Amino acid sequence: MITVENLTKRYGPHPAVNDVSFHCEPGTVTGFLGPNGAGKSTTMRMITGLTAPTAGRATVAGRPYRELPNPGREVGVLLDASAQHAGRTGREALTLSAYTMGLDRREVAAKLDLVGLNAVAAKRRVRAYSLGMRQRLGLAQALLGDPRVLILDEPANGLDPEGIFWMRGLLRDFADRGGTVLLSSHLLREVEAVADRLVVIGGGRIVAQGDKNELLAGGGTLVRARDGAALRRALDAANLSAADGTDGLLVQADAETVGQAAADAGVALAELRPAGSGGLEQLFLTLTAGESTKEAVR
Amino acid sequence: MTTTTAPAAGAVAPRQHAPADRPSLVRLTVVELRKLVDTRAGRWLLITIGLIAAAIVTLQLIYAKDADQTFVNFFTPSLLPVGVLLPVLGILSITSEWSQRTALTTYALVPRRERVVAAKLIAVVLTALASVLASLAIAAAGTLVAGATGGAGTWRVEAALIGNAVIFQVANVLMGAAFGLLLLNPPLAIVGYLLLPTLWSVLSELVRPLRGPAGWLDTSRTMEPLFTDHLTGGQWGRLAVSLLVWLVLPMAAGLVRTLRREVS
Repeated sequence: MITVENLTKRYGPHPAVNDVSFHCEPGTVTGFLGPNGAGKSTTMRMITGLTAPTAGRATVAGRPYRELPNPGREVGVLLDASAQHAGRTGREALTLSAYTMGLDRREVAAKLDLVGLNAVAAKRRVRAYSLGMRQRLGLAQALLGDPRVLILDEPANGLDPEGIFWMRGLLRDFADRGGTVLLSSHLLREVEAVADRLVVIGGGRIVAQGDKNELLAGGGTLVRARDGAALRRALDAANLSAADGTDGLLVQADAETVGQAAADAGVALAELRPAGSGGLEQLFLTLTAGESTKEAVR
Repeated sequence: MTTTTAPAAGAVAPRQHAPADRPSLVRLTVVELRKLVDTRAGRWLLITIGLIAAAIVTLQLIYAKDADQTFVNFFTPSLLPVGVLLPVLGILSITSEWSQRTALTTYALVPRRERVVAAKLIAVVLTALASVLASLAIAAAGTLVAGATGGAGTWRVEAALIGNAVIFQVANVLMGAAFGLLLLNPPLAIVGYLLLPTLWSVLSELVRPLRGPAGWLDTSRTMEPLFTDHLTGGQWGRLAVSLLVWLVLPMAAGLVRTLRREVS
């Protein structure tokens, strides 16, 4: 299981990840959703100890990742399928990892077989791999140590529809047998089919999280005031996260809570209603529209 | 109930096992040694080094005077090209993790980065020791041939000379590794490593006030006595100062940089 508490990463004055908290339980697949540059990868690198957080902490299997004695045996990590030495063969890349983890050499062949890389592909240099093959190799690497937790950044990138379907089955099966999966994507539809829980991040902040079915059905509350800035302050003061919708602010709370927050701050509302079933999708679309134009530069 | 199964089900079940031990330094060193030779670049670099050493001995067999065809005369000239090229292997061992982005895997599997760096340093030092053995073997082959073809074929060699050769090669690969750790970029580190000592030599020839410090800082000059079997106290001192500046300092700074750097 994975616990993230108030993780924050700043690059100069720019917060790439801002006070992010969530946790992933065994037996579930958590979809980590957000547009490109929203802070998904930075958050995942902080969880796996590759980036030092500015503030906050993360634990995997109850311990900070850097304190795991042999992390590959507990956590399977795939952060970037292209991060392989172009001059090594697929089999060699896995052999190095297997030896580092102290695994039997037979695991290499077993996992290559599992992800559908045949003997011919395994003997080729990674330079000659397509992105889809690299994703499969990366997944084989993540599964190599028979971990209980999987952390995968955009694993569906470059996979064909058949490959995506196969991967969904694999992850679902892994979770159903008690594993914990955190997988990121910038496409809602891609994780909708496999995730139990969703964590939506935009501009470095979590804008929505919870059970997938509730999120997709609930959709939150749409609220609008003539003084939009005052409304946002009022929501912030009430600790309600709000995202810009097309015609107002989208809040992950019921109408009563939102109305009370506005009343407490003395903000006059122009509109207050349930956002409807397409709430998450709309939230996601507005996030994507707002953020993709200013992709975070690290 | 349907009897269809999800593809490849079962094989990915998260296994319950006792927490595995952390990989030992020996294990990590073996991995790093393997990484030195499992790519074409690394393998050819090693083969090239061997071929150059063999070519030097061959040329001496053909062109050197018979009386000069001794074991020591075969051994020492082969040290220099090896000493220039072997550090490139040390540089690549460290910098390719970043240029090929394998650091993402390496440091995810071993989050205590200093252990990986230690394993890499041990691996390149072992390679340097092996290179001295290879130089000795090639020199021995040359001496045998010389003895059979009318050359001197003298075997006499001071143990101190071999010891100095070991110091020379180990210092060189560690200097390369230090540059790699500091710059973390293959072309930059290789050019820096090969160019800076030459730059020193040129500058100290041109600028008179630099001549004094160059005697202490120009590694090509402070290391030259290592090709003999006796160094004076002053020569050891100069060697130590130059290695402090070109090996210890960049390695310390590079270690700090490598440990702190964000892996992405």
